[in-house]
Amino acid sequence: MAIKTLIGLIPLLPLIGSIIAGLFGRQIGRSAAHWVTILAVAGAFGLSSVVAWEVFFNDLPVLNYSVYTWAVVDGFTFEVGFLIDSLTALMMVVVTFVSLMVHIYTIGYMHDDPGYQRFFAYINLFTFAMLMLVMANNFLQLFFGWEAVGLVSYLLIGFWFKKDSAVKANLKAFLVNRGGDFGLVLGVAAVAYYMGSLDYATVFANLDSVVGQTMSPIGGVEWSVMTVICIALFIGAMGKSAQAPLHVWLPDSMEGPTPISALIHAATMVTAGIFMVARLSPLFEQSATALSFILVIGAFTALFLGLIGIVQNDIKRVVAYSTLSQLGYMTVALGVSAYSVAIFHLMTHAFFKALLFLGAGSVIIALHHKQDMRQMGGLARYMPITAITAWLGSLALIGFPFFSGFYSKDMIIEAVKASDRWGTGFATFAVMAGVVVTSMYTFRMLYLTFHGPTRMDEATRSHAHESPWVVTLPLIALAIPSVAVGYLTIEPLLFGGALADAITVLPANDVVAKLSEKFHGAFAFGLHGFVTPVFWLAMLGVAISTYVYLFNPKLAEQAKQRFHFIWRILDNKYGFDDFYQKVIAGGSLSLAGGLSTWFDGRLIDNALVNGTAKMVGQFAMLTKRLQTGFVFHYAFTMIIGLVALLAAFAWLR
Amino acid sequence: MFEWPLLSLLIWLPIGLAVLVAVLGQAHATLVKPVALIGALVVFGLSVVLYLGFDPTTAAYQFQERMIWIEAFNIYYHLGVDGLALPLILLTTLIGVLVIIGGFGIKDRPHLYLAAFLVLEGLMVGVFAAMDALLFYVFFEAMLVPMFLIIGIWGGPNRIYATVKFFLFTFFGSVFMLIALIWMYLQGGSFQITDLHNLPIALNAQILIFLAFLIAFAVKIPMWPVHTWLPDAHVEAPTGGSVVLAAVMLKIGGYGLVRFSLPITPDAAAALDWLVIGLSLVAITYIGFVALAQSDMKKLIAYSSISHMGFVTLGLFLTFAIARQSGELTGAGLGISGAMVQMVSHGFISAAMFLCVGVLYDRVHSREISSYGGVANTMPWFAVFAVLFFMANSGLPGTSGFVGEFMVIVAAFHANVWFALVAATTLLLGAAYSLWLVKRVFYGEVANHSVAGLKDLETKEWVMLVTLAVFVIGLGVWPFPLVEMMEVSIAELIDHIVESKIQ
Repeated sequence: MAIKTLIGLIPLLPLIGSIIAGLFGRQIGRSAAHWVTILAVAGAFGLSSVVAWEVFFNDLPVLNYSVYTWAVVDGFTFEVGFLIDSLTALMMVVVTFVSLMVHIYTIGYMHDDPGYQRFFAYINLFTFAMLMLVMANNFLQLFFGWEAVGLVSYLLIGFWFKKDSAVKANLKAFLVNRGGDFGLVLGVAAVAYYMGSLDYATVFANLDSVVGQTMSPIGGVEWSVMTVICIALFIGAMGKSAQAPLHVWLPDSMEGPTPISALIHAATMVTAGIFMVARLSPLFEQSATALSFILVIGAFTALFLGLIGIVQNDIKRVVAYSTLSQLGYMTVALGVSAYSVAIFHLMTHAFFKALLFLGAGSVIIALHHKQDMRQMGGLARYMPITAITAWLGSLALIGFPFFSGFYSKDMIIEAVKASDRWGTGFATFAVMAGVVVTSMYTFRMLYLTFHGPTRMDEATRSHAHESPWVVTLPLIALAIPSVAVGYLTIEPLLFGGALADAITVLPANDVVAKLSEKFHGAFAFGLHGFVTPVFWLAMLGVAISTYVYLFNPKLAEQAKQRFHFIWRILDNKYGFDDFYQKVIAGGSLSLAGGLSTWFDGRLIDNALVNGTAKMVGQFAMLTKRLQTGFVFHYAFTMIIGLVALLAAFAWLR
Repeated sequence: MFEWPLLSLLIWLPIGLAVLVAVLGQAHATLVKPVALIGALVVFGLSVVLYLGFDPTTAAYQFQERMIWIEAFNIYYHLGVDGLALPLILLTTLIGVLVIIGGFGIKDRPHLYLAAFLVLEGLMVGVFAAMDALLFYVFFEAMLVPMFLIIGIWGGPNRIYATVKFFLFTFFGSVFMLIALIWMYLQGGSFQITDLHNLPIALNAQILIFLAFLIAFAVKIPMWPVHTWLPDAHVEAPTGGSVVLAAVMLKIGGYGLVRFSLPITPDAAAALDWLVIGLSLVAITYIGFVALAQSDMKKLIAYSSISHMGFVTLGLFLTFAIARQSGELTGAGLGISGAMVQMVSHGFISAAMFLCVGVLYDRVHSREISSYGGVANTMPWFAVFAVLFFMANSGLPGTSGFVGEFMVIVAAFHANVWFALVAATTLLLGAAYSLWLVKRVFYGEVANHSVAGLKDLETKEWVMLVTLAVFVIGLGVWPFPLVEMMEVSIAELIDHIVESKIQ
């Protein structure tokens, strides 16, 4: 099979699967629906693996081609096309693999749900949209994929559409993302204006003519065009990859079923922003200001949103805040021009975070959809596979040496230390402190869920048991890369130039090159990992959680009382939600109501429009009186008129 | 070889059919629906023949028919289409079929209802095909009559107020247009639109003519602040009336700007483009907020229409600002193409949304958002369509709603960053009012007994909604054919309007 046909099939298979399951789900039944969609994703995964094999091991040259022409207007040619290079190949494998695991898992998780077929149609459609996003060779298609994954995310957060909280969350998610897309679309418009094309390759080739140009949208202030473009595009990434202050939708998205929290809101869609910045590295490299902005935003997100995870009681929300924090780490890596490190962390995180979410889901099934960790505890006895895989995922998350997350997170920290970009001081503090926070909330979650005394009621406890194989198999399949993928791929991905054909770094910014001097293989790096300050920071977090949640549970409550002020701030999530709810949403609605009632209704319609009509009416009433119908009135008027006219003529003459 | 007078057929066939349907209704009531439907399908088929025979590589008017009409005033019955008129004719005939199908449910004098729509269809095609300004004017005014009857007879409780308001507003506007046309006839001795395009006019006169046209077309589009007739008309109109009003009649205003205002008074348009751009941006933002506050579904969609038509007027008038900003014209074509695509797309989407409201209204007899809740529970397929169309309305890529808005935003960036910035607020506002409506009407638990008793779509509703869904998605995934159809005519238009007509 020609390679292009094969590539074309990759997004097409899940699209077809979703159409079949979505439109004919009722006719074909439940098991046919999951078979069709799973086979479609399995096919996409298989073909993606072939493509990745060709790219990484057989030196397939970069493929950049158009599939069809979307429109030709005014000298602009908008195409739909694919760009297949190492970055795309890596993303395709990660996306389709996690998606396949989630599809299988869904058989177990959604077993009793009446919307079974619909769910499979959605996650198949999601896979299509995400593939279109990562495979795009131009901004327009990127934006299509970008909004399409947003649409499916909206549909899936609101999957249980009877639930009020779910349909609030999905509206919020879509609108906050649209806030980001507002920036993205302006960035794309700016690219079209300054570069004259939306095709990646053409844009990258035309960069030189734009670098150094300035614009002054506000009179007198000169802004660098590249900085404006990059920040506008990054605002889009902030929405999708949930960076502060556009992060508020992600915790609420947990209202959706757990499989999609794993697939969309942890492993794939939310990393689209990270992917985009890496994909557009030639642009971002041209603006140190934009990269510093990215760095600070990422650092803030990594530390402060991680902190909120410590006070959450809903198991999924802990993992959600952890996701925010980890996305912050990736963003930090982007900010110091370590794009390949960001992508590396994106990959390891996709595996271990999907694993943790699916593990949380396994617990939730066992407890009949209870998510509050205060009513769990000691579950390791009942569900050993879930517990062990959750431990593995957690060790990866906190960056325990030799686990996948260790390699990627340590590399981010090293990269920040090696960089001299403005903002690295704050970022170094944030990512180091973030390590303590990460291990605190991670082990708190492990202990509260799987260990210590059981706090479940008797009915729940008697039913708690290990989940069926369709659930545990994906857990095991994800645990393997969560443990091993970092060790195996760090060298080729970061130092072997495997991503070199996709990522551009200016020599002056190349922190990864600096790191490579100190790197002596994955094993030595892992061993060294036990003696670094980062390791001891992580252990500090583990120690605190172990003492508090395993040995002295009262301490947690006492600490909450003692530091109530801080607890309140964290529990209120720093007031972001309130701000959006009251000021932005509330303000917009009041403004809308005011404009509608007073301006449009009273002023324009009543006063001006109907006022004019009334005036005409009153004038007509007046003139009507002149037409009395009495002949002598008319005759009299005529005489007066005649006299007046004669007088006028006489006067004028 | 004998050439079929295709355009005349497209105008007079539906009108002839209307007479037939009206007559049949007296004695053979069962024949009314099939005759009307087959007739509308034939008309649509003829417009497809028109499309297939159209040569998109030239800006010349094609399928011309010309004969003298009123010799004393040099008025011709002159028809023809270029790339700007053709897409709107196709839209008209397609919507023509859908409203006939939609009209099958009417109980009160169905034959007259269907006849009114057929007459309206013919007259609207006439507006788009006329190459003589006075012929245009006649169709433009005549079109009001069937719509007046449709709202006035089959409308809601407050229909008299709405029809009078609708009629006065549009009539008020078009009188100015008539004066401008007569003045130009006295100058140039011709009502031919192409002659008017080439008539040299001094700037002061151009400005007066431009304003006269603007009043006429701004009311039609409608632009802020002469828009308040539209929500009232929509609220009182029967579903079919709303569909035609939103899908086609509003476009006549946009078409007027592109056919008359820009090419006849280019210097005035350049001098006053700030006015149109300003009003467009007001429409996009201010009306977006007003839409957010509506509690009546039809009013909400009406305001959404005004806001979306803001992109049409914005895109049409960017050329001069782009020329001033960069000294070049790159992006001008993108703006006008975007405006035209937006017109066609809004034709599909607004029609679909009004049909959706009609679906609910037929069952529950309420347009209030608060009368609903959890409709997706009882009408799952209907919910699928509604979510699709309201998503399209919020400009989702992959649907037609994205294409025009995207082009206009990119073009606006060429003119002025702030234009683009303000226009892009539609991403938020459009999504907010569209999806909030979806949430309140479709999601949640079943709200009350009437929602609990809802039955999912009937065959005729399936047909209408599927057809529109195909076009909404088709145009979003592959706008190439539509854009190609217009490309040369738009390039020609831009060449024309950047030349001064002052002598």
